Amino acid sequence: MSVHATLDGVRAGETLFTRLVRRFDGGFLLSLMLFVALFGGWQLAVNRGLMPAFVLPAPTDVALRVVEDAMLPRVHVATLYTLTAILVGFAIAAILGIALGAAIALVPLLDRVLSPYIIALQTIPKVAIAPILIIWFGMGIESKIVIVALIDFFPILVNAAAGFRNIDPRQILLMNAINASPWQIFVKVRVPNAMPYLMAGIYISMVFSVIGAVVGEFIGSTQGLGSEIVQRQAVMDVVGVFSMLVILTLIGIALNAITRLVAKRLVFWADSENPSGV
Amino acid sequence: MIADSLARYRAPTVDASRPPFIMLKNVAKTYGARAGGSVQAVESVSFEIGRGEFTSIVGPSGCGKTTLLKMIGGLLPVSGGTIAYHGIPSGQKRPDLGMVFQDAVLLPWRTVLQNVMLPIEVARGDRAAGEKQARALIELVGLRGFDDKYPGELSGGMQQRASIARALVNDPALLLMDEPFGALDALTRERMTLELQRIWSSSRKTVLFITHSIPEAVLLSDRVIVMTTRPSRVAEIIDIDLPRPRTLQISGDIRFIRYAAHIRELFTATGDL
Repeated sequence: MSVHATLDGVRAGETLFTRLVRRFDGGFLLSLMLFVALFGGWQLAVNRGLMPAFVLPAPTDVALRVVEDAMLPRVHVATLYTLTAILVGFAIAAILGIALGAAIALVPLLDRVLSPYIIALQTIPKVAIAPILIIWFGMGIESKIVIVALIDFFPILVNAAAGFRNIDPRQILLMNAINASPWQIFVKVRVPNAMPYLMAGIYISMVFSVIGAVVGEFIGSTQGLGSEIVQRQAVMDVVGVFSMLVILTLIGIALNAITRLVAKRLVFWADSENPSGV
Repeated sequence: MIADSLARYRAPTVDASRPPFIMLKNVAKTYGARAGGSVQAVESVSFEIGRGEFTSIVGPSGCGKTTLLKMIGGLLPVSGGTIAYHGIPSGQKRPDLGMVFQDAVLLPWRTVLQNVMLPIEVARGDRAAGEKQARALIELVGLRGFDDKYPGELSGGMQQRASIARALVNDPALLLMDEPFGALDALTRERMTLELQRIWSSSRKTVLFITHSIPEAVLLSDRVIVMTTRPSRVAEIIDIDLPRPRTLQISGDIRFIRYAAHIRELFTATGDL
């Protein structure tokens, strides 16, 4: 038999080394220089007395306080509390958002009935509902979870609906040709097709989750990092507030990195990391 | 491996006394148009396809060839007339299908092997036997060693070969090919045409092949069905009586040239060229 298998069109596998080199290009260096300039300037400004330390603490003081906080059991408990609100709220939003997104994408009637409500609800600033949610669900973690879930729900829903709609009709024709059941079409074709969109929605929501949890804790809570910020603010502990900000930022970065990693694994075949442009 | 897969596809004995595999009688298709009116895609089409036959459908663009193909595969209901199948397992409405499109339509998140295995997975067939069959077919279409590559890592021609392997893996009774080589460059296209003839002659599937290329149709087919413009009817059915296996050199054969010229005339007569 004749073998026409050639290597044309086969992308060379990117090695770890070439990836590192690509990361370490001019853009990365400039970015690093900007970091040094910003924080160096800030540090100098405080050290020279241009800014009183109780208004703007020096980066070094903040760093020291973060290390100190990182060893406080009280901060551990607060971090765990906030993380729980973030993750549980996010999980609820993900389950409901993906399920409803799939439903309105696949059932045209449901789409026509629900779409006006979704658009209307989407435009309400979710943070503005938070005070009511505290009244309804109390000062405990439940209200924070609800706030996070509410904020996360719409980006996930909208992306899921778009993802489940986005399908090559020939893939469906192919599945019908091989006698696939609707469930098999859903699992083997629709879900993988929707995956890049689902990940895009999840990616946005992860960032929103932190905002939701902190806002909830600002408004009514005795626990969590948001509540800790309010308490420190009350005693003018500015370094302490900055320290909490750093910890919240680190949480955000970690969640972001995990999401990116998962997305890369799950949608390795998509053209870009975030195909829906997020 | 190859010998195995070839042996599996022993040619069935063609029995002229048996009714044809597929019979179309006055098949019509009308699409409801958006504006409220309707478009007649296929007017009244009747022909027969024998088991193991290679049949091509040629005709101008938008003449309803794809519509006809989908109806024959039972993937689209007819608006009028009947399509009858003979000798398919009882309880089945239509024969088992293999389908090849203009583009490979591979699932990008699956490797070549996983793509070829898809019909077996869907049919919940024997995985081990299925994988053996899939690997043999991957070799048959010339993709040996590419089993674990993803479609994005293959050229268009290689993807299309993988999709042909996928179409054959379930050992379907009917292979539907909708301009399978339309998106390929001329050289790859000629190579794939010969490849398809080789695969067909070793598998003896019933093949229904849509193409825009008259030489391609003549080279591959036992019979060529020429369609008219929309609403499409059959202009003529031409039996291609040329020895097999046919090579590219056959296009210089006077009989080949006459067949091609005749089909072209039919196109001209209906004002489509």
